[in-house]
Amino acid sequence: MSTSNKRTVYSTGKVNRRNFLKAAAVTSSSAALSACMSKETREKFFQKDFRSLSKEEIAGILSRLEAEYSRKYGKEFTVSAKEPIPETMFGFALDISRCIGCRRCVYGCVNENNQSREPQIHWIRVLEMEKEKGIDFMHADMHYDHEEVPHEGHFYLPVACQQCKNPPCVKSCPVGATWIEPDGIVVVDYDWCIGCRCCMAACPYGARHYNWGAVQLPAENLNPHTHYLGNRPRIKGVVEKCTFCIQRVREGRYPECVEICPVGARKFGNLLDKDSEIRYILENKRVLILKEELNTQPNFFYFYGT
Amino acid sequence: MNKIGLLIGFIVISLAAILIIPRLGSGHHVREWGYAPQQTLKGQEGMEIQIPPPPFSEDIFPCSECHAEMETNPERRELEDFHDDIILDHDEENRWCMDCHDAENRDMLHSAGGELIDFKESYLLCGQCHGPKLRDWRAGIHGRRTGSWNGQKEYLLCAHCHDPHSPQYKKMKPEPPPKKLGKIK
Repeated sequence: MSTSNKRTVYSTGKVNRRNFLKAAAVTSSSAALSACMSKETREKFFQKDFRSLSKEEIAGILSRLEAEYSRKYGKEFTVSAKEPIPETMFGFALDISRCIGCRRCVYGCVNENNQSREPQIHWIRVLEMEKEKGIDFMHADMHYDHEEVPHEGHFYLPVACQQCKNPPCVKSCPVGATWIEPDGIVVVDYDWCIGCRCCMAACPYGARHYNWGAVQLPAENLNPHTHYLGNRPRIKGVVEKCTFCIQRVREGRYPECVEICPVGARKFGNLLDKDSEIRYILENKRVLILKEELNTQPNFFYFYGT
Repeated sequence: MNKIGLLIGFIVISLAAILIIPRLGSGHHVREWGYAPQQTLKGQEGMEIQIPPPPFSEDIFPCSECHAEMETNPERRELEDFHDDIILDHDEENRWCMDCHDAENRDMLHSAGGELIDFKESYLLCGQCHGPKLRDWRAGIHGRRTGSWNGQKEYLLCAHCHDPHSPQYKKMKPEPPPKKLGKIK
């Protein structure tokens, strides 16, 4: 039954003392609430979830956010809600035989996507594993700290959001604050997320991160070029994750980690384009996905380039 | 007789078409690098690709500046002066300078077959032994690509990442590890 139907039933139902008092209480309290709020706060408070907003409403929210961020960080911000490019399904491939574990991607991502510096959030985790054991999450180490990498007898497996086609996180969200976009990117509406962290428990890749504290961004080193569903500054109490750099890829650019990787281990492209790099990899290389047995169907692949 | 003439005419025209038509569409865009690769990269018809200039050591090129006056010494020996920083760790038992550098034209490289290769196209030289890598590089799988996933891209030459004289990728210091949990205030 849709909401409007419910409303109809409610209004044509019996007008008894209880219903009358209920309706009166709701009406008067919301009127009182909105009366003592500024226009901006009221809009924020009654803002709907991203997918049910009209184009005009989105435009209004974006300009409100731009003003808010520019004021807060003393820098001219752009917040876009650029829509997916038609006929696009993004895919990523990472060459395990190339990665040397230098973590350039981790910090490139932090700067590009405005992740909190303190408390620290990293969307990418680089796991160090022993060559003898192969891919083995039980014995992987993400806190390795060597003088030089690659370390003898080890290989590296960077893990971030796998952008699943069958994502457990999306299914577990009780309020629908996270979903798959038409170009395959799993996004979060930070203004709709209630911070219950069900999605974090559901994700088998540890790819979702929670803002436990107030987000701290250095004003001199933040990226003012943002997307509503991506790298705009987050608030305390919401979950965030890799979005394939939605603010870049929807403009045709490569994600930041692809461009910063010194060994060129990261490859990105359109899975629907048969001439793309990503399709070449899928058709010509030994490719694997992580935790295949869980049927998450990632759009993030690992391959051996050698 | 007439039919044979027609047949020959048809073959000549179609040959001409095969030779000429593919060249019409492959106009490379010359950017600030000053040149574009002379070859259309496979599977990338019409796609614009930029490659930065070769990574020469400072003041080392053109080679002919010094070598034009010098006698060519093909002997295996300890390298001195300008080249004492070169460590040859690239099948060094079987290779020496003149296997890749050209003795006649000092500012060029040459293939195993003796064809001159410009430094800007050194990948053709590397690809003689590392064929599969060259194939992957052309497809954009080996090496770093920057730019646009659906448009103009930038490649690097082999020598930008691999020192041709000792091509093993150099180890580097990693960025700091993530902080351990449990310190959130």
